[in-house]
Amino acid sequence: MTDEARRGSEAIAPAGKLLLRVDAVVRRFGEVTAVDHLSLDIGTGEFFALLGPSGCGKTTLLRMLGGFETPDGGRILLDGQDISGVPPHRRPVNMMFQNYALFPHLSVRDNIAFGLRRAGLPRAEIEARVTEMLALVSLEGMEKRKPEQLSGGQRQRVALARALARRPRLLLLDEPMAALDKKLRENTQAELMRLQRQLGMTFIIVTHDQEEAMMMADRIGVMNAGRLQQVATPRQLYEAPNSRWIAEFVGGINIIDGEVESRGGGRMTVATQAAGRVTAATPLQALTTDRVCVAIRPEKIRLSSGAAAPDAGDAVGTNRMEGVIAGVSYLGGQTRYQVRLDHGALMHASVANTVRREAETFDMAQRVAACFAPDDCMVLDR
Amino acid sequence: MSGRRLFAAPARKAALAPFLWMLLFFLLPFGFVLKISLSHAVMAQPPYLPVFDPAAGVDALKAAFAALSLDNFRLLASDHFYVLSYLRSVVVALVSTSILLAIGYPIAYGMSRLPARWQPIAMILVIVPFWTSFLIRVYAWINILQHDGILNDVLMALRLVSAPVVWLSTDAAMYIGLVYSYLPFMILPLYATLAKIDPALLEASADLGGSRLTTFWLVTVPLSLPGVGAGALLCFIPIVGEFVIPDLLAGSASPMIGQTLWLEFFNNHDWPVASAIAVVLLVLLLAPLLIYERVQRRQLEGTR
Repeated sequence: MTDEARRGSEAIAPAGKLLLRVDAVVRRFGEVTAVDHLSLDIGTGEFFALLGPSGCGKTTLLRMLGGFETPDGGRILLDGQDISGVPPHRRPVNMMFQNYALFPHLSVRDNIAFGLRRAGLPRAEIEARVTEMLALVSLEGMEKRKPEQLSGGQRQRVALARALARRPRLLLLDEPMAALDKKLRENTQAELMRLQRQLGMTFIIVTHDQEEAMMMADRIGVMNAGRLQQVATPRQLYEAPNSRWIAEFVGGINIIDGEVESRGGGRMTVATQAAGRVTAATPLQALTTDRVCVAIRPEKIRLSSGAAAPDAGDAVGTNRMEGVIAGVSYLGGQTRYQVRLDHGALMHASVANTVRREAETFDMAQRVAACFAPDDCMVLDR
Repeated sequence: MSGRRLFAAPARKAALAPFLWMLLFFLLPFGFVLKISLSHAVMAQPPYLPVFDPAAGVDALKAAFAALSLDNFRLLASDHFYVLSYLRSVVVALVSTSILLAIGYPIAYGMSRLPARWQPIAMILVIVPFWTSFLIRVYAWINILQHDGILNDVLMALRLVSAPVVWLSTDAAMYIGLVYSYLPFMILPLYATLAKIDPALLEASADLGGSRLTTFWLVTVPLSLPGVGAGALLCFIPIVGEFVIPDLLAGSASPMIGQTLWLEFFNNHDWPVASAIAVVLLVLLLAPLLIYERVQRRQLEGTR
């Protein structure tokens, strides 16, 4: 329970007016607890991403919001009203399904109009709304086609138009990009963000792709084993993960185990076997023991050839470790190096290629010094 | 390209197999039947004229061809007995197919909604009757439906009737037999299409405001129509030509076309008229097949 409370207090509250409150929701499948006393607040107009490895319970949570699963415990409040027991067809919530679930026997027009007809809107209004939706997703002229006659990207847009047509209070998107190729995915991500801002609607997206989540979402909730591990903005998630698991799950990272040796002046010294003594900024959250780990993002490490003196610009206390280059991967925008430190640790460092003819590149087996500032070191419980 | 050529020759040969089969066991025998239907009945062995005899030379063959006539078909069209017989067959087949659909659809639907591990068991239960001979199963119905049979015993015990009901030799008995015998042929194709429907489509319908009933009518039923068509054809076509069930369970007042054919062939020894009946029956049955095929092709084209 203390664990729970600590996480709750850390979670970043939504910016807008509260729309959805998930309150200690539980869902079990036989022996497995897919969603475990999960609580979450979503604000109006927010773009929220549920991120997590497969089987973490994110889809189950989304399906409970859509009404396709009934919670075994807890409440789901939409605008303050408990909707846990309300069947899907009576919820002001719509879902975009993973494989779109377009009705194969209906045309694009009839797919989009399906929800409007069920709502009993007058015919003229249905016509107008369908036309509006077709324009919104740039599918004018396609209304007579059947889903089989569309490309993957077009199908995705029909699914989106169909889900948006009823103007739901909340739109749920279950891995909406999973079936698209990379190029199309990037365009669609930007398009979704534009739509969400234009309509001022609240989106909850489920994804296992952290880049996708970081690119689109205002806030991200990272799930593991049925629980929210951290709810934060993309930047906080990356730069201030609240646990080793999050640090490792989101982005690349170097992690070195060690023990706190001394503290003082906003700094702490961690003695590690694999990288010697590391100076780090004292973390904001309390550590439970002195057995800790130090985590450094690869792009926070600067490399210089081993012979050179430390940069004049480096602040006092900058960590400087020597080693040899053990691997080089050129990726265009950046180059990734692996450095085997003399103490034994294998560090990943990425260097942005900011000029066309680089001032300094490093070759295999070259001796280098890896430097990183104490403020860039995150000290986390092991 | 070379890979394609590698498989082309054997594949083309394999594609010939069904045509060869059709030629040997359908077209050739049908040619004989068609020939006999254009002949005249005589008291002889074989009981029809003319007979083609290749040994008799070309002129004899020409004479034989000239002797062929459409008299038998004219007889079928002019005699009410035959027309009514065809009509009765089609009506019986239509009524039974409708009953089969009404009973088979809920069963197939229920099967498709069972938990995955129960579905194969349900399927076996549907097929189990085939393990007993068809004829024995129809005879068993005689036992159940007869004057002092189980059905009357039960009805009397429940005090639903005061005296035994006459079941045998009625249309009711025939319909019971037909529906019982053909039910698996209706259920299996229906189940196959219903089980294939993506559950996400039903969820999508619910998500868009469709109640259970709306979802059933607007999603499940349209998507199961290919199964309805296949099941209806699998039942309708053999029932039109059905002989055993009406012969054993129905009265003899108005025979179905299968019984009439039997009558002409075995009782009247009129092979040419019996053959003509068979030819007309085949043409009649081609009509629903062609319609079904065209509908399916239109659906396929629609998806392209």
